[in-house]
Amino acid sequence: MRLLTGNDLKTGAVTWWTGSDWSIHVEDAADVTGNEDEIARREEASRRVNSPYAVDAELHEGSPRPAHIKERVRALGPTVRPDLTLKPADPEIGNWVI
Amino acid sequence: MYKYDQYDQAMVDARVEEFRDQARRRLEGKLTEDQFKPLRLMNGLYLQLHAYMLRVAIPYGTLNSQQMHALADIADKYDRGYGHFTTRQNIQYNWIKLEDAGDILADLAKVEMHAIQTSGNCIRNISSDHFAGAAADEIVDPRPYAELLRQWSSFHPEFSYLPRKFKIAVIASDTDRAAMRLHDIGIQIVKNDAGELGAAFYVGGGMGRTPMVAPCINAFVPLDRLVTYAEACLRVYNRHGRRDNKYKARIKILVHEMGAEEYTRQVEAEYAHLLEEGVEPPFAELERIRTYFEDPLFEAGAPEEVDRSDPDFAVWVDRNTVAHKEAGYVSAVISLKPVGGIPGDATAEQMRLMADLAKDYSFDELRVMHTQNIVLPHVRKADLHALWTALDEAGLGSPNLDTVEDIIACPGLDYCSLANARSIPIAQRISERFAANGKTGTLGELKLKISGCINACGHHHAGHIGILGVDRKGVENYQLLLGGSEAEDVSLAKITGPGFDENGIVDAVETVTNVYENERQDGERFLDTYRRIGMNPFKEALYG
Repeated sequence: MRLLTGNDLKTGAVTWWTGSDWSIHVEDAADVTGNEDEIARREEASRRVNSPYAVDAELHEGSPRPAHIKERVRALGPTVRPDLTLKPADPEIGNWVI
Repeated sequence: MYKYDQYDQAMVDARVEEFRDQARRRLEGKLTEDQFKPLRLMNGLYLQLHAYMLRVAIPYGTLNSQQMHALADIADKYDRGYGHFTTRQNIQYNWIKLEDAGDILADLAKVEMHAIQTSGNCIRNISSDHFAGAAADEIVDPRPYAELLRQWSSFHPEFSYLPRKFKIAVIASDTDRAAMRLHDIGIQIVKNDAGELGAAFYVGGGMGRTPMVAPCINAFVPLDRLVTYAEACLRVYNRHGRRDNKYKARIKILVHEMGAEEYTRQVEAEYAHLLEEGVEPPFAELERIRTYFEDPLFEAGAPEEVDRSDPDFAVWVDRNTVAHKEAGYVSAVISLKPVGGIPGDATAEQMRLMADLAKDYSFDELRVMHTQNIVLPHVRKADLHALWTALDEAGLGSPNLDTVEDIIACPGLDYCSLANARSIPIAQRISERFAANGKTGTLGELKLKISGCINACGHHHAGHIGILGVDRKGVENYQLLLGGSEAEDVSLAKITGPGFDENGIVDAVETVTNVYENERQDGERFLDTYRRIGMNPFKEALYG
């Protein structure tokens, strides 16, 4: 599957295309296979996202998991600061990234 | 330290308003990202893995307590309560919002700071010796020359669109604490046989994917021609540097491919031409700048004795204080490398404490080291125990300067969009390993440097032990290098062989230190032993 990601224009936060909107949670991301270029053009023009691009992913326990570690770090937050990640209370989340 | 005059302040204030307007137009959709990107980069604003990242310039690493307080306030108000001190004596914030960027720059301008030219293909922040003005071994304070070059290079219209970024370091002692010969231009202030001061120019050094040690192209440029010679060096680079390939665009490639002799010939010809044009600022300007760097009022006859009855304090004094030019004083290094910590990170509270301690004990002055620690340059020996007590209570009393725990690490894949592998967790695990096995002290001086990609922000080429993170089919892998130095005995490290995974690289570092312990002779550092016995004993221990 392919996910569309970028950064929120105002805040810089990592965001994922859900099929109708943008979410900071990768588990909300929709498969955009075949439509990524069109959605990216449209959304960048509407200034809702900065520099969107598509990444490969796979389903992991029912949720999308980016194929490359860089995108998994982007999706969660820095592995060295669990308190600043999107799931600070999840002690197992490091395994999802690595 | 230097104080802005009306021109400095007006320039910085104008840039704040200009960028505020540019950011507004970007948010309103009047600028595309392609149009906006070069504008934000000129103001130090990157887009990194998790958010916008702002890099703030700290000229030659010098700042006062008011400025450090302002940096702490920015961390709390606009970021997530911390900042990261970098290998070029700057500070970076990792969680910046574009809509706040103008306000942040305005807050910086109020304390004579900015983020101008901390990115882009221009002359970056001028770096220097972090013990400048305090070191017992310097012939003169190098910072007035660094400041002159800062003023010359700020908004220089001819050098705002160079083939690639350009980094300059200035030192004034034979001990190189600024990695001077690994810069695009390294300048050493020297004294000739007649006792006159001049500048030795080393041009074409650098790390990155093609590391080079800069050759000396002129051993003595008179100081009243310093800017003219620097301008000649830049002009030849600007004229011939490659713009068709960013990986071959740095001046080191030009000097290497053209040859140092031919490059020097062209610089000297340009220099002769520029002397006729009279581009050098009046010498009085250098004299004016120099007045800002006069010594503080040191206490005459300050006591030399230090009560070493507290053993933990005595270890810190031995490891983290450095000889000062003034009797009764030392420079004290505040380690930002707690065991298991993130090299170079400091919380806003820690920044405020360091600022307050600088005010109380170091004539209101701090320095950022390129090794990602902080210096209080002028501390009375009589105040050391009080200083250490305050630092230790705040988790800033680690006694590990220049040891295996004092690791340089770039932000790596945890923060940086260019990185291929994480650097910080490797640094954390190595410091934990050596703290646990108790060898930190016995190994002595051992400079370990980690980069998360070939761009080498973590200076891995210059580590006694270097580590380079690479991407091997989507999996982090770490190459081990040995034998580098960024000091006056400069050398480039060599790769040992096949890389290691995250666990293996920590074991590998311990393995090579075991070889060192078995092979070292009296007084030898790790680097000395490596240079004497060569790579093979280390390779045999690593790979069998």
